[in-house]
Amino acid sequence: MELALAHETMARWQFGITTVYHFLFVPLTISLSALVAGLQTAWVRTGREKYFKATKFWGKLFLINIAMGVVTGIVQEFQFGMSWSNYSRFVGDIFGAPLAFEALIAFFFESTFIGLWIFGWDRLPKKLHLLSIWMVSIGTVLSAYFILAANSWMQHPVGYELKNGRAQLTDFPKVLFQNTTLVVVFHTITAAFLVGGAFMIGIAAYQLRRASRLAAEDREPVKVASMKTSLRLGLVVCLLAGLGTAISGDALGKVMFEQQPMKMAAAEALWDTESPAPFSVFAYGDVAKGHNTVEITVPGLLSFLAKGDLTSPVPGINNTNAAEKAKFGDKAPNYEPNIPTTFWAFRWMIGFGMTSFVIAAVGLWLTRRRFWLAPEFRRAGDEVPLFMLTRTRELGPTLTKWAWRGAIWTLAFPLIACSWGWIFTEMGRQPWVVYGLMTTADAVSPGVSIGEQWTSLIVLTLLYGILAVVEVKLMVKYAKAGPTDEQPPTKDPTLGGPPAGSEDADKPFAFAY
Amino acid sequence: MHLHDVWFVLIAVLWIGYFFLEGFDFGVGILTRILARDERERRVLINTIGPVWDGNEVWLLTAGGATFAAFPDWYATLFSGFYLALLLILVCLIIRGVAFEYRAKRDDAQWKRNWDHAIFWCSLLPAFLWGVAFGNIVHGTKIDAHMEYVGSFWDLLNAYSILGGVVTLTLFTFHGAVFTALKTNGEIRERARALALKAGVVTALAALAFLIWTQLHHGDSWSFAAMVVAVLALVGAIGMNQIGREGWAFILSGVTVVAAVAMLFLSLFPDVMPSSLNPAWSLTVSNASASSYTLGIMTWVAGFMTPVVLVYQGWTYWVFRRRIGVQNMPA
Repeated sequence: MELALAHETMARWQFGITTVYHFLFVPLTISLSALVAGLQTAWVRTGREKYFKATKFWGKLFLINIAMGVVTGIVQEFQFGMSWSNYSRFVGDIFGAPLAFEALIAFFFESTFIGLWIFGWDRLPKKLHLLSIWMVSIGTVLSAYFILAANSWMQHPVGYELKNGRAQLTDFPKVLFQNTTLVVVFHTITAAFLVGGAFMIGIAAYQLRRASRLAAEDREPVKVASMKTSLRLGLVVCLLAGLGTAISGDALGKVMFEQQPMKMAAAEALWDTESPAPFSVFAYGDVAKGHNTVEITVPGLLSFLAKGDLTSPVPGINNTNAAEKAKFGDKAPNYEPNIPTTFWAFRWMIGFGMTSFVIAAVGLWLTRRRFWLAPEFRRAGDEVPLFMLTRTRELGPTLTKWAWRGAIWTLAFPLIACSWGWIFTEMGRQPWVVYGLMTTADAVSPGVSIGEQWTSLIVLTLLYGILAVVEVKLMVKYAKAGPTDEQPPTKDPTLGGPPAGSEDADKPFAFAY
Repeated sequence: MHLHDVWFVLIAVLWIGYFFLEGFDFGVGILTRILARDERERRVLINTIGPVWDGNEVWLLTAGGATFAAFPDWYATLFSGFYLALLLILVCLIIRGVAFEYRAKRDDAQWKRNWDHAIFWCSLLPAFLWGVAFGNIVHGTKIDAHMEYVGSFWDLLNAYSILGGVVTLTLFTFHGAVFTALKTNGEIRERARALALKAGVVTALAALAFLIWTQLHHGDSWSFAAMVVAVLALVGAIGMNQIGREGWAFILSGVTVVAAVAMLFLSLFPDVMPSSLNPAWSLTVSNASASSYTLGIMTWVAGFMTPVVLVYQGWTYWVFRRRIGVQNMPA
């Protein structure tokens, strides 16, 4: 392997591994913080114990998750400088600002208020404590916005001039509010809620299925009620977020057809410009020769996805490659991304994401509310729901078994979809790191040796692997344990907790590390 | 004053904030194995920083992000040049953060012991390595004409920078001991004060040697003033600790951190990363900085947001102002 290529390959693997890994925790953090905040709001407003139990239960899982999100985020802040110093020099004037604002505005918010929320159960008045989890939630969304604005600039650079051999900012609002940023933010936030909704469905379904197998006197009604509420909440969130992801995904596709035709041609393995262009359901091709050998297509659908009608031409890979060669010359040997990866990543993103959406729709129907059902099939709020096909017909035992399984498995689907979505959008942009301005090969740190790259790649991969095992084990442990036995507090705490010297000052805290 | 000078000051402020705050929580992390005698005492120590360590660490992320934006070349040269050292720090910060959150999540002695080791080593190593890193920055490193670091990892371990590492390590331990004395009650508070005296004396010896070395080789009259403040504050902190004025002791150990780090930045200016190969190849506030348009936007945002951050972060410390002790640890 040529040495320059090896450098680039190593740096890309490291960035890919650390970033995809980091993003396993991000969507869950964004959505669960808001969902926990919503459940806690319900508790503060109604005082009902099932909401307290649900807040505590999901809050605990949320904290296990966010810890990993926070620490893996540290690497993200520094590895541009470590592995991509040429990139950092070239884009720092533009890319650095949203990153700095993310830290200054969003990270301080998140990290400070999460501390208040974790330790504040007996040291903050109820409403102030509730406010702090909402602050965390706002912080996560702000953070997503800034980093996606930075990423969107790599996808579609705007508001800059080339000066002194680097890109210099000329119009910051354009970077923050260009259509790529707005659509990507919408798509990422809805996808995050798809992840959170599916997470709730999966774990609540596990708890309810277990409760359904217990003898009636062994079930704890308030815990069942909290899980039933969680299941419904998860289903509704998953359905709405799925719809939002599909709509924003469609909008993003149209933007990308305009801004990065190559990425979308690769997503479709559409080798030559076609009009009308078909959508490919399955394709197997010869990348070297530039055509598909096997292909199953839906005529006209791609034209519709790209342009909104059934006849518009969509440029193919070979044509786009020729056009980019004419435009950019020999900046890169050729301008094609890895076609099989891009093609399949695009399909897995949509496939896994939409499966959860369908499961949520089916689940909402099967567990629908009481007045839709004949009286003998109605279940009280603290009983495990029956799966009802029609007003009077229950789902058969085999299908019921599969319905529970589907509900539990859906937990992982949107996460898989998110990973493939990022792999698609980043690999689909290759060979560019900043589209049209800088190639990935030119972006790596020239001073970092292969030995150093191997060291960091192995160390980080091993560490992340070990932490993944630890994290998943803890998650499973607490998900299986179910809602807490803890009773909601009877009195509203005073700010700062009981004063020193008072009788309560020596009591154990509600929570400590 | 040019905008890039303003940003040099602001970057210095961010690092000072980081070392002031994370300094004592590194110190507390180190004390978990030196001061605490049993599981409950260890928990007390961890919980003194429990609600705040994460917010403290964001000062580092902000310093990193702001350096990226305001001085892209500084960011690029520093982090690609100090690659392995920084990797080690990042690994420690990752493990340490997870350790705080996960340690009490399983009731298993071995599990807790493992995380206790993690907290100790992953507090101790960064506390040392940050001093080494800043020692090298001030001292000058092998930077070529293209702003690339061309030295090796081992070049970073020289007498001056290692002494710098010893200073941060001991100073943070002292700062942490003083903080513990301020935030706990009962027997552990007394022992923290006794330990602070020992740590303070060692710190004073190391710091005096390092700061004088810095002053002789890189200093000017401003850095000399900062050095005097640092030394007086350290002596004052030790004295206040001895007479039991724990609040004052903490303020003064904080002033020591502030003045010592300020001295390093004052010795550096107007360079940001001097080259030991050729002074003409040094990165300076002007040749490493971003455009004035970017710096202008950053100045507005930082000017507005920094006070807001200080207010709510300060408020958090006020909410958790009570001393804690073994009696407060839940089962």
